[in-house]
Amino acid sequence: MIIKLGNWLLPLILFFVIFYGMLKKVEVYETFLEGAKDGFNTAIRTIPYLVGMVVAINIFFESGALKVLALGLNPLLNKLGIPAEVLPHALLRPLSGGAALGVAAKLMEAYGPDSLIGRMVSTMQGSSDTTFYVLALYFGSVGIKKFRYAPYVGLIADFTTFLASVFVVKIFFGT
Amino acid sequence: MLNYLWGGMVLLGCLAAFWQGKPELIVKAALEGAKLAVDTAFGLVSIITFWLGIMRIMEESGIVENLSKILAPLIRLLFPEIPPGHPAEGAILLNLSANILGLGNAATPFGLKAMEELSRLNPQKDTASRAMCTFLALNTSAITLLPTTIIGLRQKFGAASPADIVIPTFLATLIGFTLALIADYFFKKSRW
Repeated sequence: MIIKLGNWLLPLILFFVIFYGMLKKVEVYETFLEGAKDGFNTAIRTIPYLVGMVVAINIFFESGALKVLALGLNPLLNKLGIPAEVLPHALLRPLSGGAALGVAAKLMEAYGPDSLIGRMVSTMQGSSDTTFYVLALYFGSVGIKKFRYAPYVGLIADFTTFLASVFVVKIFFGT
Repeated sequence: MLNYLWGGMVLLGCLAAFWQGKPELIVKAALEGAKLAVDTAFGLVSIITFWLGIMRIMEESGIVENLSKILAPLIRLLFPEIPPGHPAEGAILLNLSANILGLGNAATPFGLKAMEELSRLNPQKDTASRAMCTFLALNTSAITLLPTTIIGLRQKFGAASPADIVIPTFLATLIGFTLALIADYFFKKSRW
């Protein structure tokens, strides 16, 4: 039901916008072109910022440094009652949406989507964002080099959502 | 501080590779990352061009204006720096609506448009303004109603009821969102 709704939403929005525009006698095609003409430059302007961010993330991940960090944090997780299996996902999520989705898929394959771990990782994937990518992309598009406190707010949000996902799933589905 | 975070990731990555005796990993990872970034940027060209075109129609026909009128008090509260009626308002609202509905690929172009408008109001062009930081806080922690990608994945792996994580996801994002706004408020006050 919800997937169907998701599939319908964008087409319906598109239909409504064009329909309403024509109703209001907007020259829809010309207006579309006028808005669209900046698309290319906006995307291209973000290249150096994205390359900078993704390169550092890739080195950190591919070298195994992230794994070492995860191992170091395991004892703390045990004390908090958080399954160690979901940690790699939590650490990757702010860095790379694709890699995190890969971890989520692997965990669901190994434990089943309806296991506690499967549900935790689903909730984590759905509720947090690729903070560093968003920062690089959004700030990069307008040439911001000094991010001030924005990364910390993003990380605080990611960390909170991680803990919230684990405990909400435990309350809803846990034993 | 971002310099330390960025430098730290690269240096720790290098150390980890050296320690394992696999220094060749580093340049390979760097170049693969660079390629992924460029591919991502080019992949965005089509999405951004399309949605910015649609957004202009929304502006011209008055949809954005109506939306802004309804939600103006919220914008006043979160972004006191934005003058009433500024085009940044509409772009921020469209971005947040798309985010909440889980329409990731429509949310990004609206977000970039919002940044562009906020940049016009920013006196120090290379430094993030407070409004920009607040906007990013809203963005990275936005409440999610329809996590469609993950529901699809759960369906693929044969979950009994793939959408049963919708309410937990909503609650988790609500908690993260609230905390992000509180953190943003205190960082703002601290004049960082």
